[in-house]
Amino acid sequence: MTRKEIVETVNSLLAEEFEVDSTLFTAGANVRETLSLDSLSLVDLVAIIQQTYKIKIPVTDLRTIQTFTNLYDYIETHLPENDK
Amino acid sequence: MEKRVVITGMGIWSCLGKTLAEVRDSLYTGKSGILFSRERKEAGFRSALCAHVERPDLKPFIPRNQRQFMPEEAQYAYMATRSALENAKLDQNYIDKYEVGIIYGNDSAAEATMDALDKFREFKDTSACGSGAIFQSMNSTVTMNLACLFRLRGINLTASGACASGSHAIGLSYLLIRNGLQDCMICGGAQEANLYSVAAFDGIQSFSIRENEPAKASRPFDRDRDGLVPGGGAATIIIESYEHAVKRGAPILGEIVGWGFSGNGDHISTPNVAGPARSLELCLKNGNINPQQIGYVNAHATSTPIGDSREAKAIAQLFGGYKVPVTSTKSQTGHEMWMAGASELIYSVLMMKNDFIAGNINFENPDEETACLNIIPETRETHFDTFLSNSFGFGGTNSTLIVKNI
Repeated sequence: MTRKEIVETVNSLLAEEFEVDSTLFTAGANVRETLSLDSLSLVDLVAIIQQTYKIKIPVTDLRTIQTFTNLYDYIETHLPENDK
Repeated sequence: MEKRVVITGMGIWSCLGKTLAEVRDSLYTGKSGILFSRERKEAGFRSALCAHVERPDLKPFIPRNQRQFMPEEAQYAYMATRSALENAKLDQNYIDKYEVGIIYGNDSAAEATMDALDKFREFKDTSACGSGAIFQSMNSTVTMNLACLFRLRGINLTASGACASGSHAIGLSYLLIRNGLQDCMICGGAQEANLYSVAAFDGIQSFSIRENEPAKASRPFDRDRDGLVPGGGAATIIIESYEHAVKRGAPILGEIVGWGFSGNGDHISTPNVAGPARSLELCLKNGNINPQQIGYVNAHATSTPIGDSREAKAIAQLFGGYKVPVTSTKSQTGHEMWMAGASELIYSVLMMKNDFIAGNINFENPDEETACLNIIPETRETHFDTFLSNSFGFGGTNSTLIVKNI
């Protein structure tokens, strides 16, 4: 799976789930602010990544994901071996 | 001093329409809301008959982060409540200034519960359920959602009384207002219409299998009835103390003058005659109403062989020689279950305000037990000023309401 494929898939899923225009998902934009995530809807972000990539993001790691770049990086580095 | 309780608004989302005018016309013309669902047949249903209930689009009204908490039944209830508040001329500014309560009937959240637990079992992780799952999968999902969306600060309660849930919700709301504990209440009933919510019900062979004639399948009181047809949607009524309604210049549609209830204390699914009869009797007594004052009975009759005959006997027992006109609107809607007590009150008010009784469609021949009733098979233009509405449920829970014209 290429970086480009990850970005396209993630952007498409997040735009649909959180009803936000994906053109706002710039590399440095803050994920929580852009998607209007509160403490509850943050769970939906975790669920989407888990259901799509089988990657469980622990709470401690979630704190390190601030920007969209952070999110793409996290997925890329945690993909199961046979999905890379 | 006990207060008079009046109905000032109604809203509905049903297989007969999404506005009061649509529903009135459907009732008058005898439209059936029932169809054959290929999806249910392919899924393994014994009976693939059901009411057709359209899913509302809430995107224009509610942001994603709040819609996330709303299962199908809460969506129907939101649309019905929006309409009812508008009908009652009760806007958000008023609700923000004065205490308004809510009691709504609901007795399942099956699909939402199933969806959440399917994800949990697939991923072996509770967060896979998503943020909305807990709020969607509780029986009180309708009241918790509506109370937050409309910023209600009065009582916030769900009534779960099987197929009498909607009627009990209205009865309880009526009591609170009558006793001066609340001035204004939103009440009603909601019913999820997805196939999962009634799969187990289909499993006990309660549904009609007249699949080649969907519009003729729900035939309460008819000799050839063979079971109910599941329906769904939501119905909301706004009720207030008479003084409160007059003070704010609200339109007054009718007055709730009696609520009766009872338990059968008997079989879990097979009703008896004595339980329903006591509910009717208590309602008439509480309302200080003589049977002869009732111009129309909206029966609970669901089109099951035993249920309809037991109710027929109970009605005949209470009304004696007076042949009160009786119909079951479930002949058109199927069984709206948790919603039925509220929707059928609205159907009856629409008839009362528009001078007709909607015919009990598909009533062609009585059987020995239903022959004791004066069942109206075709729409009749007539005037009546007081009606009685029955709702009965599994476990032997009974509720009866009487409404007077104003």
